Amino acid sequence: MHELSIAMGIVEMAQEEAEQRGAVQVTAVHLRLGALSGVVKEALLSSYELACDDTPLKGSRLLIDEVPVLVFCPSCQVQRSLSSVQLFCCAECGTPTSEVVQGKEIEVVALEIEE
Amino acid sequence: MNSQPRLVEVRKNVLRQNDLAARALREQFRAAGVFVVSLVSSPGSGKTAFLERTLTLLRQSCNVAALVGDLATENDAMRLARSEAAVKQITTGTLCHLEAAMVQHALAGWDLNQLDFLFIENVGNLVCPSSYDLGENLRLVLISVTEGEDKPLKYPTIFNSADVAVVTKMDLALAVEFDWNLAYGNIQAVRPGMRVLKVSAKTGDGMDEYMGLLTAHLDELRTPAVR
Repeated sequence: MHELSIAMGIVEMAQEEAEQRGAVQVTAVHLRLGALSGVVKEALLSSYELACDDTPLKGSRLLIDEVPVLVFCPSCQVQRSLSSVQLFCCAECGTPTSEVVQGKEIEVVALEIEE
Repeated sequence: MNSQPRLVEVRKNVLRQNDLAARALREQFRAAGVFVVSLVSSPGSGKTAFLERTLTLLRQSCNVAALVGDLATENDAMRLARSEAAVKQITTGTLCHLEAAMVQHALAGWDLNQLDFLFIENVGNLVCPSSYDLGENLRLVLISVTEGEDKPLKYPTIFNSADVAVVTKMDLALAVEFDWNLAYGNIQAVRPGMRVLKVSAKTGDGMDEYMGLLTAHLDELRTPAVR
């Protein structure tokens, strides 16, 4: 359960970014969260509320965009989705592949701020 | 004051601090010519026994050291010290994984140039350590035969963050009716092409192959790149 430390990292980052932009209030944080990030969305959402306590971000929302895994298929030579994270093979042709091109993200993409 | 909220782009990795620290470690390890191996697994899968055997075997011909992460106690460091290798415990308190900054802190004052191999035993946990790069060259994920063959399917993320899988406690395989083909197939399902070793730290079976893998990596690290 490392969601709380991730949440604290998000709050810290949002605060820094907001200050740099002269924001008065952060109302929402937009996050991209990969299916292979090792972070559980529900746990992160409840941790976020805790992490915001006693900070200027108290009351802000965390909006999570869940990012599916994409792999590179060596047979099709294109990026493909997986049918499941329990089976790493091309969803189209079935070729096994370990080459993950998307799905490990824990990324703050944007803030909603009031100036 | 404009009360209308405005959307501003950020695009920053939340773990950037850890990634920066890991990058600095990787550079430090490369400059010192030390090959760094980290071990992740669930609690009780035999990381410490495996590492103790590893250190004892490598000590005969190499300079080795280890960092061991646990929430509390120095028991593992004391066990590993029996190998006579340099060992340091990192107690994380309530934190369920190691971060690169903890490794940096633990290594302060160590002369890495004297080392051939450094091992980092993570806190027993198959979830959280997957997100944190420690600057290691090779990450091993251990599963013991007593844990059930479907572990890889339950924790695909950690298998995806690791380079080599090690099946431990093979001496118990028969007693617990461990199905090697099933376990191997599950590992390959979540990480196609992953190398899988089977070992018994107790009997020493399979340790030769592992030693061979480590020394091949060290040779490769120290061979100047051609052209």
